[in-house]
Amino acid sequence: MSFNRRLGTTVCCLAALCLSTAKAAAAAPGGDPAIPNIFTPASTPADSVYHLSLFVLEVCAVIFIVVFSLLAYCVVKFRQRASDDGREPPQIYGSNQMELAWTVIPVLIVVVLFLATARVIHAVEDASFPPNAIEVTAVGHQFWWEFRYPQQAFITANELHVPVSEAKEPTPTHITLLSADTDHSFWVPMLAGKTDLIPNRTNSMWIDPHETGTYVGQCAQYCGVQHAKMLLRVVVESRADFDKWIAGQRAPAQVADSVAKGRQIFETTACVNCHAIAGTDAKGKFGPDLTHLMSRETIAAGAALNNRENLRLWVKDPEAMKPGSLMPAMQLPDQDLNALTDYLVSLR
Amino acid sequence: MSNAESVLRPMPVSAAREDAKPFFDQVHEWIVTVDHKKLGLMYILYGILFLVIAGLEATVMRIQLAIPHNHFVSPQVFNQLFTMHGTTMVFLVGMPLLFGFANYLAPLMIGARDMAFPRLNAFSFWMSALGGIILYFSFLGGPGLYGAGSAPDVGWFAYAPLTSQAFSPGHSTDYWIIGLLVSGVGSIGTALNIVTTVLCMRCPGMTLGRMPLFAWLNLVMSAMVLIVISPLTAAQIMLLLDRYLGAHFFDTQAGGSAVIWMHFFWIFGHPEVYVLIIPGFAIASEIIPVFSRKPIFGYSIMVAATVAIGFVSLGVWAHHMFTIGMTSYANAFFVASTMAVGVPTGIKIFNWLGTMWGGKIRLTIPMLFCIGFLFQFLIAGLTGIMLAAAPFDWQLGNSYFVVAHFHYVLIGGLVFTIFAALYYWYPKVTGRMWNETLGKWHFWLFLIGFHLTFDFMHIPGVLGMPRRIYTYEPGRGWELWNMIVSIGVIFQIVGILFWVVNVVWSYLKGKPAGNDPWDAWTLEWATSSPPPEYNFAKIPVVRSRRPLWDLKHPEDPDWKYE
Amino acid sequence: MAATTVAVPPAEMPLPHEYRGRVGMWCLIAAESAIFSIFVVAYLYYAGKSLGGPTPREVLHVPYFNSICLFSSSFTIVMAERAIARGKTKLFGIWWLLTIALGTIFILGTAREWYHLIYNDGLTISSSLFGTTFYSLVGLHAFHVIVGLIGLSLIMIFTALGYVEQEHVPKIEVFAMYWHFVDAVWVVVLTVVYFIAL
Repeated sequence: MSFNRRLGTTVCCLAALCLSTAKAAAAAPGGDPAIPNIFTPASTPADSVYHLSLFVLEVCAVIFIVVFSLLAYCVVKFRQRASDDGREPPQIYGSNQMELAWTVIPVLIVVVLFLATARVIHAVEDASFPPNAIEVTAVGHQFWWEFRYPQQAFITANELHVPVSEAKEPTPTHITLLSADTDHSFWVPMLAGKTDLIPNRTNSMWIDPHETGTYVGQCAQYCGVQHAKMLLRVVVESRADFDKWIAGQRAPAQVADSVAKGRQIFETTACVNCHAIAGTDAKGKFGPDLTHLMSRETIAAGAALNNRENLRLWVKDPEAMKPGSLMPAMQLPDQDLNALTDYLVSLR
Repeated sequence: MSNAESVLRPMPVSAAREDAKPFFDQVHEWIVTVDHKKLGLMYILYGILFLVIAGLEATVMRIQLAIPHNHFVSPQVFNQLFTMHGTTMVFLVGMPLLFGFANYLAPLMIGARDMAFPRLNAFSFWMSALGGIILYFSFLGGPGLYGAGSAPDVGWFAYAPLTSQAFSPGHSTDYWIIGLLVSGVGSIGTALNIVTTVLCMRCPGMTLGRMPLFAWLNLVMSAMVLIVISPLTAAQIMLLLDRYLGAHFFDTQAGGSAVIWMHFFWIFGHPEVYVLIIPGFAIASEIIPVFSRKPIFGYSIMVAATVAIGFVSLGVWAHHMFTIGMTSYANAFFVASTMAVGVPTGIKIFNWLGTMWGGKIRLTIPMLFCIGFLFQFLIAGLTGIMLAAAPFDWQLGNSYFVVAHFHYVLIGGLVFTIFAALYYWYPKVTGRMWNETLGKWHFWLFLIGFHLTFDFMHIPGVLGMPRRIYTYEPGRGWELWNMIVSIGVIFQIVGILFWVVNVVWSYLKGKPAGNDPWDAWTLEWATSSPPPEYNFAKIPVVRSRRPLWDLKHPEDPDWKYE
Repeated sequence: MAATTVAVPPAEMPLPHEYRGRVGMWCLIAAESAIFSIFVVAYLYYAGKSLGGPTPREVLHVPYFNSICLFSSSFTIVMAERAIARGKTKLFGIWWLLTIALGTIFILGTAREWYHLIYNDGLTISSSLFGTTFYSLVGLHAFHVIVGLIGLSLIMIFTALGYVEQEHVPKIEVFAMYWHFVDAVWVVVLTVVYFIAL
């Protein structure tokens, strides 16, 4: 008797667990961009995946309920009772009809799931783009993202801006994926499934966001020590805001006499070996482009907020913020460091 | 008295004579032994030792991940931990434990005196052991990735070009390669031995159709090992050539391909997980019938399904590569093959249920673990089907959902059957019964801990948390779930401690078990507990799949119905 | 209770113990075939993809003589097996020695070819993808030939010392299986490297 009660309690707890998980999982579209839930898609490819996932989940849930019920029934009904007479039960060796049944039905389920899946694969992978699609090339580095806008002829880093795509006149963004070193993976769950960035290989993905917001994600293929801090921010904004951002990014770097000392330190120290600032002699390609550094909300690929103290600390001691990153500590005396930070803060 | 009956005469307990030898002589005996039972036990002890070590590695990782931006370990150490945890669990825990059970039980079950090649058996064990020692020697220093110490930190699948000299200077990757190459030699040796033993050493009357399913499934698993470890060996040789002789197999700067490493690795890696789970199926197929008091339902179909799994599993590997940008046709093919392999697997679950149906189920500890296995393997199989739908995998791949899925299969499936096996055959190996109360505490604590950790682990995956990250950002909704996952570890550890205490206490104080405490039907229960070195006084002659059933029920023997 | 004499009809006898060696060797052959297959796949995958360096067409010449020697050694080893099966130990020794000689010629020929490729044509394992895949595939095969030659030599020494008898035929047959396997692999490597992927 006590065993039955224990079994019943366990079953109820598990059912409650499953239901609460299911509730958390099957959220409707239109979620919080700060919580990268794959079940709150905000872009067409993520929507397609979401709808397929619901279908697959439903089929799996039915299979689970059927088989689990059989298992629970077996354990409860065919348990050896205390009052047992000690004889062996009928020795059944098998049944060809049952085997046929539980082969044919799963095969049919597999066929249906396969067809549903193949359709979505084709829709997402073989999609064609309207002529006004935004083109971006993403280059993965250890441990930051380079974003090039070839049509608009500028390069930025770590934070991707795209226009929101209206239903009437879609403006998807097509992203070409390359890598400068090891494997990476571009994953912003609310916008699309992930696609890898692999050296010596050109990959391709697209997003078609229909809600504005700043969507978060991060690198999803282990790429070395600081894989965990190779974060992604995709800012989806109105067309007007996007065009304004583009204009700002295309402009050459801000020049101000008040920060001339800092600029001189930048251009005469090793900074220029890695970093580029448009309109100056700094043309390094190994690190992020800093022309409009202050237009970004974070630095070090999301490792810290972009403000003066963090910038100063980053230049002075990157190991404190992102140990193992490839930015060297610049070993500058304090005065020079302050001047340099002033210069960096001026790069709007 | 017939030949078959004579083997049921109880054998004298040989333990007393063993204890009389001096300690060093006993140690020497174990080191030079070629006896499959001793080697099997050494494999199992080796696997359990590394289970504890890899479990500690996991515990440290879970402490680090319990809260965001934690500083329990540095990123370099964390990356070494997840690499070593995965590599250890697959190669130094899974394979040895399963080879250990096969080694101990297969000759007994087929009525043989030993494996086909006893000296090769010993050689293979010591090679596997050496591989593990080499791998763990790496913790003892030297520069690794970014100067972080030598233990490998490239992930257990060591993707190129992260493993090239350019991105992994130092020797961490080399320890990974060489440790596994050496251990792989041992695996191939044992697999060869098992195949030959099962094919050539069966006792008279034991046709392939009368072999216990344990022997059949270990035959399939070993045949797979022969084909499947070799791609890993080849890829590792190529990587070694790249790193030290300037070869360009995976050198993307010279036109080489990072993707071809993935192909080679997963051509090994996917069948490998079936290699790991099929012996778990073998264990369940022995234990469930005995405690349902019925023969296995659909013996031939079980064999056919396992062979089908073996073959189809060789054609699904690129479902680990759905995100690398293969064409839609390639992706669709692997969706189809991956879903297809779920069909024979499902058939097996139905057959186990069919075995239990209409039986008289005895809820002993081994049976409890097997029921847990059935429940959890069902769920794990279903999350596998979800991941097989490539677009769903584009979201869930490389996230904590995948981590939850494969731990569900490997712990919820494999480890549960291993515990079932450890309890079921403990009386045969030691001659003692274990303590029922300690066993129940072990089972329930481990079950609760397992579900706390791995049920809730699916959720961060759905919420966008990738794997292999040493910390994560607050505010993404991941904190609560990570904390629960970490707490579950405590229950699992305590549960396993109950088991350890049970093993020791029962060895010293357990009731004598006798030859056949479970009233079972396969040949290992026909000899004494523990078996003598020569296994059987007279080689048995069998006439059905359940020779002991025939002896115990001469009015209703199996060979009338098979 | 009737006596349960278990009279087993002969058809129900499973594979005899004597098959152990052969089954074991087939297992080893299966594993080794898998390793070679991966190297062949790499060779074919990278064919034509080298960024520079000499091409196969420029520097490779079909090693007819070497190959004939190696294939003939399969014939001589079969003759040796037949000899020992009839108890003719001396004849066995002669055919066995011939096998070693032919295998050694193959290895020396390969060494000569490599010398030429490295020092005259500038093809090394690090010079290009072709160099990488060529030396690793042909080298892996040569390694297996050398292991076979070592085994052959050990048996030769045992024969010279008079330890090899007619009763050892099964073990010699198992070893000969390995040698035939090495030959069969050369058929594949020769075809792929010198004929197909040019």
